[in-house]
Amino acid sequence: MTPETVLEVRDLRVRFGTGVDAVRGVSLGVRAGETHCLVGESGCGKSVTALAVMGLLARGATRNAALVAFRGTDMMALSEREMARLRGDKIAMIFQEPMTSLNPAFTIGSQMAEVLERHRGGGRRRALDRAAGLLGRVGVSAPGMRLAQYPHQLSGGLRQRVMIAMALMCEPELLIADEPTTALDVTVQAQILRLLVELQRDLGLAILLITHDLGVVARVAHRVSVMYAGEVVESAAVDELFAAPSHPYTRALLACVPVPGTVRRDQPLGSIPGTVPRMRPGFVGCAFRARCRYAMDVCAEAVPERLRAPGHRYLCQLAA
Amino acid sequence: MISLLLRRLALALMVTLTVLTISFALTRLSGDIAVSIAGPAASAEDVAIIRKTYGFDRPLPVQFVDWVRSAASGDLGRSYLYRQPVSELIRDRLPTTLKLGVSALLLALFTALPLGILAAMREGSLVDRGVMLVALVGQAMPGFWLALLLIIQFGLNLQWLPIAGAEDWTGYVLPAIVLAFSAIPALMRLTRSGMIDALSSDYVRTARAKGLSRASIVLKHAARNAAMPVVAISAVQLGALLGGSIVIEAVFALHGVGYLAWESISKNDFPVVQAVVLFLAVIYIALTLIADLFNAVLDPRLRAA
Repeated sequence: MTPETVLEVRDLRVRFGTGVDAVRGVSLGVRAGETHCLVGESGCGKSVTALAVMGLLARGATRNAALVAFRGTDMMALSEREMARLRGDKIAMIFQEPMTSLNPAFTIGSQMAEVLERHRGGGRRRALDRAAGLLGRVGVSAPGMRLAQYPHQLSGGLRQRVMIAMALMCEPELLIADEPTTALDVTVQAQILRLLVELQRDLGLAILLITHDLGVVARVAHRVSVMYAGEVVESAAVDELFAAPSHPYTRALLACVPVPGTVRRDQPLGSIPGTVPRMRPGFVGCAFRARCRYAMDVCAEAVPERLRAPGHRYLCQLAA
Repeated sequence: MISLLLRRLALALMVTLTVLTISFALTRLSGDIAVSIAGPAASAEDVAIIRKTYGFDRPLPVQFVDWVRSAASGDLGRSYLYRQPVSELIRDRLPTTLKLGVSALLLALFTALPLGILAAMREGSLVDRGVMLVALVGQAMPGFWLALLLIIQFGLNLQWLPIAGAEDWTGYVLPAIVLAFSAIPALMRLTRSGMIDALSSDYVRTARAKGLSRASIVLKHAARNAAMPVVAISAVQLGALLGGSIVIEAVFALHGVGYLAWESISKNDFPVVQAVVLFLAVIYIALTLIADLFNAVLDPRLRAA
């Protein structure tokens, strides 16, 4: 492992109590100062992957992995208490739903301050000062006044900024952002993305960004992992992925995005019929084969991992 | 906050007026009061005299307005049975009922809240199922029957506690347990379901992502939000406990407001009945009002509304 790798995940598996394999052998790495995007449709296991890394899976879900390491520490070996000490401190997470992710009964200030108090101690006054500073940093106007406000008094965009500022309270090294802009207006989306990019540049954050939006990927990602049915089916640097998408699923996803200048009015926009299947234990072969236009008989057998270029891998029977 | 307070007060006033009307109407509907005061041996002239003395010969609206006016100034009439102002009767008996009701509520809260929270934290576990079973049994068991069981076991067999009267605090133990048992199921269920909702909410996920301690997540972030319906129902339950103590006070021979009500109903002492109904209703209304305001303190969204 290179020293600058902040998060390394190897062969992560999550099984739900209902007998569904939500994550099936995901491996990925995020380096300092890098944004790694996890892309895929709803239900492909991206959020579950993030929650599994954080140790925040719902009851009834079990995780397994060869390695989930933060800065070389194996997090699988940590107790819940030790994990809690990492969460919010070295590893922070923000969520898709800014409307419901803040506690309606407490002020912004109290919710932000408790992170610092929990991990660093040092009293409320200091924590509130830092909170106000961070709110200003993430572009919230009148930060001192916001501290005394409640979540319902803020707009969705403001709440997401509060979530981001709260995530930064302890200067984390890794930020896991689960669809942070999905619930927001397009203009607010752009502002939040720009903010994340700026913060990364200034603080050297490693960001694991989960999204279904390839537009977001193109804007902020350094590396991309495309997930399908609990697997990373293709992983590459962002330029490489957009230039030479190799897995049929990645290509199909890209065909769903209209690119100005290349889409003709008389041509229908691409779409992938069907939905992501629920994977039962014991499944063999390519999970995409039921929806894939190139599907062959051999797709029912174990899928080889192919190397398209250095750092560009994909899972498919088709050679590039 | 001020406008919320004013609106709730106006509402409370209207409910009070409605209760006044109903309690007035009910006592007039339950038969000729003059006849029941005069007793079976009285002649028609006696009844007529009583009717005149007590003002029953006046038109009902006049009687009503008169009653409301004196009730508002604290004069609830005189008991026919005790020949004493009703307000004095209630004042003398109130401490007993309050002690009983409040200790029953506290006992219920201290039992129901921890058990409800524990059940929510271990939803579906043996603990959860045990708690729900207790709730079911508690709901199904009539209070007077539980009272008799406790009297037999702790009063007669073991002789640990007195079975009647309230010379000192020990007299309150059994009746408070019986009353608390009637309030526990609802409080426990509500705590449990509220906590289950809160614990699976997005903001609790955020709290976990912040690395907060389990105690802070459960007792601060989740409980604060689960508390609101519990506060509301606690107020209603205290009202119900004060009213429900009619039966229990009779069983344990505690001379509280409930005992007074029971006595005056059976003897048709209608000014007392009317006054006790009004009194309990006003307490109920006041408790609901307090619960509303308390919830506004708990939930900032209510303050703005």
